Amino acid sequence: MFGQRPFVIGAAWPGMFINPSKGSRPLIEGWDGSETMIDKTVASLEEAVAGIFDGATVMIGGFGTAGQPAELIDALIAQGAKDLTIVNNNAGNGDIGLAALLNARRVKKIICSFPRQADSHVFDALYRAGEIELELVPQGNLAARIQAAGAGLGAIFTPTGYGTLLAEGKETREIDGKHYVLEYPIKADFALIKALKGDRWGNLIYRKAARNFGPIMATAAAVTIAQVSEIVPLGALDPEVIVTPGIFVQRVVAIGNAVAQAA
Amino acid sequence: MNKLTRDQMAERVARDIPEGSYVNLGIGLPTKVANYLPKEREIFLHSENGLLGMGEAPEPGEEDPELINAGKEPVTLLEGGSFFHHGDSFAMMRGGHLDICVLGAFQVSASGDLANWHTGAPGAIPAVGGAMDLAVGAKQVFVMMDLLTKTGESKLVEACSYPLTGVGCVDRIYTDVAVIDVTPDGLVVRELVEGNSFDELQRIVPVPLKMASLAAAA
Repeated sequence: MFGQRPFVIGAAWPGMFINPSKGSRPLIEGWDGSETMIDKTVASLEEAVAGIFDGATVMIGGFGTAGQPAELIDALIAQGAKDLTIVNNNAGNGDIGLAALLNARRVKKIICSFPRQADSHVFDALYRAGEIELELVPQGNLAARIQAAGAGLGAIFTPTGYGTLLAEGKETREIDGKHYVLEYPIKADFALIKALKGDRWGNLIYRKAARNFGPIMATAAAVTIAQVSEIVPLGALDPEVIVTPGIFVQRVVAIGNAVAQAA
Repeated sequence: MNKLTRDQMAERVARDIPEGSYVNLGIGLPTKVANYLPKEREIFLHSENGLLGMGEAPEPGEEDPELINAGKEPVTLLEGGSFFHHGDSFAMMRGGHLDICVLGAFQVSASGDLANWHTGAPGAIPAVGGAMDLAVGAKQVFVMMDLLTKTGESKLVEACSYPLTGVGCVDRIYTDVAVIDVTPDGLVVRELVEGNSFDELQRIVPVPLKMASLAAAA
């Protein structure tokens, strides 16, 4: 049904609600003056991951497998982009999802807080073989640096990590008697996230603890791609409970989801 | 010396968690504390992955892969509990909103430095998770650990030899033989497991200890 509508891949036009002189040539570059229904939904996972380029920085939501957009990751593996820098809390579990992307040798660097787990054997082997670069970031600093990027901040001073190995060589400052470390934002070319429901404007709600990094990663990527269990009509999501406003989302793709359906 | 079992340690820590507190229990041994919090006492358990009001493990068959704790084990949410994203979750931790966190440790120093994330051993893959945020952020940082390593060395040391998680962040150490506070005046023994003497404890800990009653008198 969504294939019937015109859809926009990538960012919607900047300033699309500004139409200073209807009928005359608009001043907004990239906009031909047409007025069409904004639809960020795409019909396939293949379209959803189109344009992810070699060497891109890609944020991937999830805490372990909760909230991990496994279908988008599978589509990315099929799409073939390589030399990726991945931002995720972990470094893959078992052999599926992020672990499969690593196993396909598409990732040159991973930025994460907790790579080593009972089932991180794919990452462990690549790391020990020197085939993947690791930037280890305390989890709260990972979140704060992502939020800083999304909020347009140049850097943050965080108390986390002060006096530890993970702050070695970094600028520090004492503010009001407390020690802080200067950390820079982490931004991405793309974010792949998982939500429960989305609409054609890109508004999202999440499910339980699968929310985790999704909302903050959505703010920090040039192109945020959300897989959802269900695309609902505009207006179906209560504005009071929308977690991610559509401004942060560029593409929405619906997948079946056993977990959500069971709940 | 007489030693508490791990469950007895968990029970001991649970006794000191007051009603109404916001608490984060670290992965591993601290998770056990939840088993000993009295049901009638309202305590808000926080999990770094975006839960407040975390409940106990679900009945078999009721597990939800999208409702897990920081250790990625299935949990439940209490009535009144909430979900939130990682930015908010770590604001709760780093911003001083949690009353208590309970962490495991490799070592704690006399000045309250904590080492619990990395042995620094060659070939070891480091993983830090949320430990550093909890160490700097919670109003009170409780450590729960055996006093001695498996090879008999004190984990309470003058200076940590393992890489630090946080500097001067520990407030209280619950060990299997004693409860010890980190204070500006040094390490103060609050409580000894029944049958243990202060002198015995001091013999195996390589930093000076004070007994709480004497410290109070001084």
